[in-house]
Amino acid sequence: MAAREDIAEVAAPRVGGLTFPAWQRLLTVGVLIVGLAIPLFVRNFTVFQLTLVMIYAIAILGLNLLTGINGQFSLGHSAFYAIGAYTTAILMDRFGVPYALTLPVAGVICLIAGFLFGLPALRLEGLYLALATFALAVATPQLLKLSLFERWTGGVQGIVIVKPDPPFGLPLSQDQWLYYFTLAVLVVMFAAAARLISSRTGRALKAIRDNPLAAKAMGIDTALYKSLAFGVSALYTGVAGALGAIVIQFVAPDSFTFFLAVSFLVGMVVGGVGSIPGALIGGAFIMFVPNLAEQVSKGLAWAVYGVILILVIYVMPTGAAGFVRLVAGRVARVVSSNR
Amino acid sequence: MELFLHQLLAGIATGGIYACMALAVVMIYQSIDHFNFAQGEMAMFSTYIAWQLLAWGWPYWGAFAATVALSFIGGVVIERTLFKPIRNAPVLSHIVVFIAMFSILNSVAGFTWEYTIKSFPSPFPSEPLFGNRLISAHDLGMIGITVVLLVLLYVLFRHTRLGLAMRAAAANPESARLVGIRVGWMVALGWGLAAAIGAIAGMMIAPIVFLEPNMMLGILLYGLAGAVVGGLTSPVGAVIGGFAVGIVENLAGTFIPVIGKELKLTIALVLIVAVLMIKPSGLFGRTAVSRV
Repeated sequence: MAAREDIAEVAAPRVGGLTFPAWQRLLTVGVLIVGLAIPLFVRNFTVFQLTLVMIYAIAILGLNLLTGINGQFSLGHSAFYAIGAYTTAILMDRFGVPYALTLPVAGVICLIAGFLFGLPALRLEGLYLALATFALAVATPQLLKLSLFERWTGGVQGIVIVKPDPPFGLPLSQDQWLYYFTLAVLVVMFAAAARLISSRTGRALKAIRDNPLAAKAMGIDTALYKSLAFGVSALYTGVAGALGAIVIQFVAPDSFTFFLAVSFLVGMVVGGVGSIPGALIGGAFIMFVPNLAEQVSKGLAWAVYGVILILVIYVMPTGAAGFVRLVAGRVARVVSSNR
Repeated sequence: MELFLHQLLAGIATGGIYACMALAVVMIYQSIDHFNFAQGEMAMFSTYIAWQLLAWGWPYWGAFAATVALSFIGGVVIERTLFKPIRNAPVLSHIVVFIAMFSILNSVAGFTWEYTIKSFPSPFPSEPLFGNRLISAHDLGMIGITVVLLVLLYVLFRHTRLGLAMRAAAANPESARLVGIRVGWMVALGWGLAAAIGAIAGMMIAPIVFLEPNMMLGILLYGLAGAVVGGLTSPVGAVIGGFAVGIVENLAGTFIPVIGKELKLTIALVLIVAVLMIKPSGLFGRTAVSRV
């Protein structure tokens, strides 16, 4: 994981008169416009699916901040997703809090939970950390089912919540409104992640990933930053969980199994480890590819999914983001050598 | 006291299963430096092959030997075809390929042999040995086979040139290549061995938990837990760790009232994390020292 560098920073050749970062900005604006227009033209169910893609993307981005930027593994992010989802569901259902206000609460609770979990995890590395986080993922559904908490969590049955209506009498369906709501949250959180990564803190996190000893020697408080990375990562995933609860209108212990954590991991790798836009591609992958596999063959759906996954890794060993960088680099070289 | 003894022995018996699996986990960890998520599914698939051979009327030990051989070849083939091309890809890409293998093997096994639960014969006599009622002959046989495997592996890794070459290839591929070891094939051999051990583990475990595509999921988790507690660098540690997990799981489930059956897995995992807090590289593992 040490030999990764942002091509955007290293190479600044011009393609079609624009530099690579300029192309990125243009692309971002383009994607945003398409994103704003899509729900007006497709079925409500597709809008719902696309909303879920964005939610998964936020969760994957959270995992990415931990793994891609800080170099810590986690197989336990389904736990933070669950905490976010349950926080929102309990606040809405038991206390009547408006849905939009539950997001910051879910975020803060997950930040604290992640930070606290990050403290003991400091001693663990690699596979050992994977096992510890894995324990978290396995324990979560079981703890949610405990009769001790049933008054709040609803036990095995979970909690059903009401889908919010669009405000101010906007002429949108509920699904369309939630899509725009999620999109707004996504834009804020992606922009915040981009700022974080390029900030002083972000550089410290990357330094810890690339060489913990050197980072420590340079005066970086590795313990604090690693725990902080866990906290922020959990915050992102928790907000995604909160949005997920609102959109699906339902939380139950068995939605938050280890399988979800594995899905996030798959999404992150497919999208590109350490890449912000890659999280969107990863979200789309874990949303649509299992359905696609099921259409190919019902009985062997998961085998088809596995084959697709292997092919994707063969074609793009560093994920979609790495692939795009590679292609862009080639194009830039060809263009500049032709001149 | 008798309840305690009972649960202790039951713990040792289930611990034997985990120890078997932990051994396979450590084997592959030693030769490829990653944890193979699909290990359990590979073992499950091997067990289905054995079941198929038995269903065709093969004698038990014949089917046993053929399955181990086939699994060995299968492991080597998987390494050569699936993992050789992505050797230089990041670790996380490898993990995703493991996940892909997991879903392929699980799905194909379910599709070929259906999801119904099948019984699998035990090679050991069904009546208890020496008239004791605490531990069955199969449990004893299984523990015996685990110990024999452990001894064989110890001899292989400590006292043969091949074992030395395999260890060298895992510990320091560049240097190993410079002294003429064919690192690629050593890794493939490690895969083969791990698949073969997994097959033996599967055939020992199947009479207890019954044969079905998802039989290995929980066992792999406990096996991994045992391996990690014992230390991923130590086969002996892995076996002891496996037994420890089995015993802790049983005793905690019986004697701590809140836990009961449902939280058994959680409590085992929590204990493991607690062990790791104090000894981050496992009870018997070597602390990794790297040059700066």
